[in-house]
Amino acid sequence: MLMRHRSTQDEVPRDALPMAAGVRARRTSDFAVFAAVVAACAGAVAFLVHAEDQRLVLSTLVACGIAWFAAARFRVIAAVERGAAGHPWPTRLVLVVACLGILVVLREDNFGLLMLATVLIYATVCLGLTIQLGYAGLSNFCAAAFLGCGGYTAAALGQAEGIAIPDLAGILLGGAVAVAIGSLLVLPLLRTRGHYAALTTLAFGVMFNVFLDANEMLGGPQGLKLAPITLFGWDFSNDLSLFGMTFSFYANYVLLCLALTAAALALVGLLDRSWIGIRLDAVRLDEVAAQVFGLRIARWKILAFTLGNVLAGMAGAIYAKMTGFIAPNNFTLGDSLMMVSIVILGGIGNRWGVLPAALIVVLLPEKLQFIQEYRLLLFAVLVILVLVLSPSGLLPRRTRTLVAGRQA
Amino acid sequence: MSAIGQYVLNGLMQGTIYGLVAMGFTIFFGVMNVIKFSHGDVMTFGAFGALVAATAAAAAGLPTSVQILAAVSTAVGLAALLGAGISRLLILPLRSAPPLNLLLMTMMVGTVIREAIRLFFPNGTNSQRFPALLPPGGATVGGVFVRYDGLILIVAGLLLIALVHHIINRTRFGLAMRAVAEDQETARTMGVNFFRVVPLTFALGSATAGFAGVISGLYYSEINYGMGLLIAVIGFSAAIVGGLGNLWGAILGGYLFAGLQTAVVAALPAFSEYKNVVAFVAVIALITWRPTGLLAERASERV
Repeated sequence: MLMRHRSTQDEVPRDALPMAAGVRARRTSDFAVFAAVVAACAGAVAFLVHAEDQRLVLSTLVACGIAWFAAARFRVIAAVERGAAGHPWPTRLVLVVACLGILVVLREDNFGLLMLATVLIYATVCLGLTIQLGYAGLSNFCAAAFLGCGGYTAAALGQAEGIAIPDLAGILLGGAVAVAIGSLLVLPLLRTRGHYAALTTLAFGVMFNVFLDANEMLGGPQGLKLAPITLFGWDFSNDLSLFGMTFSFYANYVLLCLALTAAALALVGLLDRSWIGIRLDAVRLDEVAAQVFGLRIARWKILAFTLGNVLAGMAGAIYAKMTGFIAPNNFTLGDSLMMVSIVILGGIGNRWGVLPAALIVVLLPEKLQFIQEYRLLLFAVLVILVLVLSPSGLLPRRTRTLVAGRQA
Repeated sequence: MSAIGQYVLNGLMQGTIYGLVAMGFTIFFGVMNVIKFSHGDVMTFGAFGALVAATAAAAAGLPTSVQILAAVSTAVGLAALLGAGISRLLILPLRSAPPLNLLLMTMMVGTVIREAIRLFFPNGTNSQRFPALLPPGGATVGGVFVRYDGLILIVAGLLLIALVHHIINRTRFGLAMRAVAEDQETARTMGVNFFRVVPLTFALGSATAGFAGVISGLYYSEINYGMGLLIAVIGFSAAIVGGLGNLWGAILGGYLFAGLQTAVVAALPAFSEYKNVVAFVAVIALITWRPTGLLAERASERV
């Protein structure tokens, strides 16, 4: 069974694997490449989010596309991956600095920050989908419904009079409700496979929407309004003042979403590196073989489904609080498809691919105003093109090697 | 009594439409092991083609019978062409891709068709009135008011189902189709032209969907760009509940779904908005009970 792993060195004690000076030097240069690429990406993102001029946006996008092709062609992406894998902590530091840099540059751009937070919300849901689709091989065509579960939980808590539940608990509760509602689907999902399982989730997603539309208690098609988040006494509708700079109040939400996405990334990474990830891979690749080797398919599928739904539910609660208004229209089948598209576009099973893919899918239609009317059409065409031309996505998942000291 | 009869007729009408669409899903799956989710939108495309053809024929002053003929042949022809084109250009080249990719791809093809109709058909965002071409009125039979057009459409739908069944089981093309479904490689070595049979199969399945689009337009006298999406999910559900790859299963599933919807509306009028919720819950429960459908093909796991 072929499996992937990003790096094998970390499992082996450092001194057990004597390293030639040349290898160490190459790793350092790889890390420099990584830092440079992250800085370039952060710059491009900040510029794209902020830019207004359509021609400028378009030319930047074209430049990014060419840069991506060149990077793939000249193995820069592989160097970046090696560099990041060789230095886990400096890697995290560079990423955090890059995010804060973007935040500082965009500090007064309300709309830009809102978009960034939306990208992060989608990325979080898609990380959940990565666990479900990418690791356990569970089809889930109703991710938007679980996002909606979280959102409507937050909204219903706000509507309930006389009960004051802190917002942090509300967000966690959003995740719990998504899991609880998702648990209704567990039995059908365990019993069915392939297209039958896909239909179960598809039917559930459509049903969820019809139900919300018909339910007067939850606002029907008009939806519900929500108050902004208050976390540890800090009202998220206030502007932030730090180091003599004023940040738009959306920066609060960006930071919160960033924390959630980082937690999700860490969770997915830990899963991937652990024996749980190996078991999930086994379940996905060959259920019968996994069963023969004594794995309990049901247990691992339930775990993956639950983890994915927690992430979707929590993201949904924050999303609802951030936009201040939710309606059934926010959680349609089309949105679920968009999330699956992000996962496939990024490279199914690769957690880092989710970020650029979410950025492209969410940002593109918002920035290119002239395609506003045609955005769904163009988006669909784009996904078809990716599926035909590059079915493994932007950052394909590498094959896991379980033997130490050998790179995939 | 008369109320119940009315519900039964409505249910039969809906069931015929669902069954025709589900039949396409099951044919495609049987032959190529794919779910072509754009099927509902192919139906919409056929219905809009029929609308244009009927309007043009009416403008030319042709008699009603010619208008009907024009509408039906345009819908069936356009849907068949579109279905064959999708299979030739997108499904055949990707036939070795993971099923998830193919499912997503056909969903996106459906989105493209839907959005194209919305954007490029004049006033496409709003519902379009479909001309009433069939004789109006009806007769009271045993206390039940029967609309003539409904009766004609149900009979036409059943005739089409019989025709498709005949094509699959009694013609040379049907034989080739079944051979490909049974074993693609053997069929090809025996001289079946794979790259002709597959698009033709998709044309056949899509043609039935185009006909379903005309039926829907004639009966409800209204069509809109988005109607294919829900029909696709329902048709897919019907095909799954019946057991993918089984023609009678798909038709059974179609009538079952319509029966459930109608039963909810008849029994609990206050909850008629929830009819699809109830029907989908029933579908999920049914496939949990019989994970490969009601009339499943018997297959054991190949290791």
